[in-house]
Amino acid sequence: MSTDLEDLYQEVILDHNRQPRNFRALNDGQRAEGYNPLCGDRLTVYLHVTDGVIEDVSFQGSGCAISKASASLMTEAVKGKSLDEAKGLFERFQKMVTSPPDVTVGDLGKLTALAGVRQFPVRVKCATLAWHTLRSGLDARGKVVSTE
Amino acid sequence: MTSAVSVPLRGLDIAAIRADFPILHRRVHGHPLVYLDNAATTQKPRSVIDRLVRYYAEENANIHRGVHLLSVEATDAYDAARDRVRQFLNAAEAREIVFVRGATEAINLVAATFGRTRVGAGDDVVISEMEHHSNIVPWQMLCEEKGAHLRVVPITDSGELRLDEYERLLGARTRLVAITHVSNALGTVNPVEEIVRMAHDRGIPVLVDGAQAVAHLPVDVRAIGCDFYTFSGHKVFGPTGVGVLYGRSSLLEAMPPYQGGGDMIRSVAFEGTLYNDVPYKFEAGTPNIAGVVGLAAAIDYLTKVGLDRAGAHEHELLAYGTDVLSDIEGLRLAGTARRKAGILSFVIDGVHPHDIGTILDRAGVAIRAGHHCCQPLMARLGVPATARASLALYNTREEIDALAASLRTAKEVFA
Repeated sequence: MSTDLEDLYQEVILDHNRQPRNFRALNDGQRAEGYNPLCGDRLTVYLHVTDGVIEDVSFQGSGCAISKASASLMTEAVKGKSLDEAKGLFERFQKMVTSPPDVTVGDLGKLTALAGVRQFPVRVKCATLAWHTLRSGLDARGKVVSTE
Repeated sequence: MTSAVSVPLRGLDIAAIRADFPILHRRVHGHPLVYLDNAATTQKPRSVIDRLVRYYAEENANIHRGVHLLSVEATDAYDAARDRVRQFLNAAEAREIVFVRGATEAINLVAATFGRTRVGAGDDVVISEMEHHSNIVPWQMLCEEKGAHLRVVPITDSGELRLDEYERLLGARTRLVAITHVSNALGTVNPVEEIVRMAHDRGIPVLVDGAQAVAHLPVDVRAIGCDFYTFSGHKVFGPTGVGVLYGRSSLLEAMPPYQGGGDMIRSVAFEGTLYNDVPYKFEAGTPNIAGVVGLAAAIDYLTKVGLDRAGAHEHELLAYGTDVLSDIEGLRLAGTARRKAGILSFVIDGVHPHDIGTILDRAGVAIRAGHHCCQPLMARLGVPATARASLALYNTREEIDALAASLRTAKEVFA
């Protein structure tokens, strides 16, 4: 397998694809839908926000390994964060997967596992679907989000 | 894998054929290209590429209006191409061949002209569950506009049309049947002669969408008996942006024009316009002249190779591919009809089609992953997407082996 592929399908990604974290529905609170019709990737992000802090976040849906792992890692990354912090993470994540490797985005922790996506431009939409859906949920836009 | 097989197969010299297609010699991500996305578009032989170049380098002019030599030559080439397509489809007359942008436009043309005048409130248009979006949406739009109903013929689990259900759907209000000849997502070859006969017994006209058929099997519109037949040039080794609508001349004559403009008129006055004869009535504006002559070159190429021999080669490859893929544990083929052409659509447990597509691409293997413009069919199959390898006359057993090898790699990654 090529180095590019090893960068893309890192063990962290494969693990989160096999066993996605926070993969459940939340009964009350906010929710947002993301759907990429060309791929068929579809997910729902659930949110509990209290006093500007994401107290709980989860997701459900189906999609490729990149979209599923990205959603799973996202829920871990934003849980307990303030809305501003979460939006900051979104922006840095977006920059990481769309910029050349020499562009610095600061430490993104486990989310760095998705940096390999930048070598696969057609897969960026998979990695960012969950994040765009999250932002739509935070803004309570109520429209189905797509990154295609 | 090695680049090409040189063993002649049932009279087809694959090495020589591969040498005709320049793009097959390029490398992708450091590997020889294994092009298995032919249902999306086919590659072009040198003769088609050269024909396009020659047209622009030596013959380019507008048609049907110039008094100068170049215009006469361009018009001759354009008209000759129309007759070449007529022969290819075995249509009775060249005027039954209308040049359009592709199969999509051909179907939209029929919906906008024949459909608008023949389909009314409460009428039915019959399509099938395995149609491409291009043979669903134009009819949906028409039905919405007219207050008509879209009736959908279901398929079996193996991907064959339910002919009993089809017959049941044909009624006194059915104004048109629009069915694909070969399914782009499953490869099913539909029994179009029987489908047409059953409709004609009730006086219902039939459109056959041949986009996925013409590169794989000989088509004879008079033997099929259909009233309309549509295909795209780029799926039959020709250029993009050109396609064909075959229409029975009596129907074409009764249909109103599609678009208004130059070439579709006989005379124009502000008080009223006299339309041109068929097929010109449906060809408003300067057409894709280069595309049309390129399409004729593609048909020449295919005729020289021989569709029978090409079809036999593909059939053998499809059988081989079916065996090889069936040996991969966890792989399930979508579409196992008794008559198939050129398509291996599949899903693998635990590996999403898009991940398959990415891993294969890095090995130089080009396939399609997604819904193949058949979302209702995907819903019927209960999958969001499939991976699809689609064959053409230049593909080899070695390429099928390369596909299988990279599928095993994908399985290992996700094991």
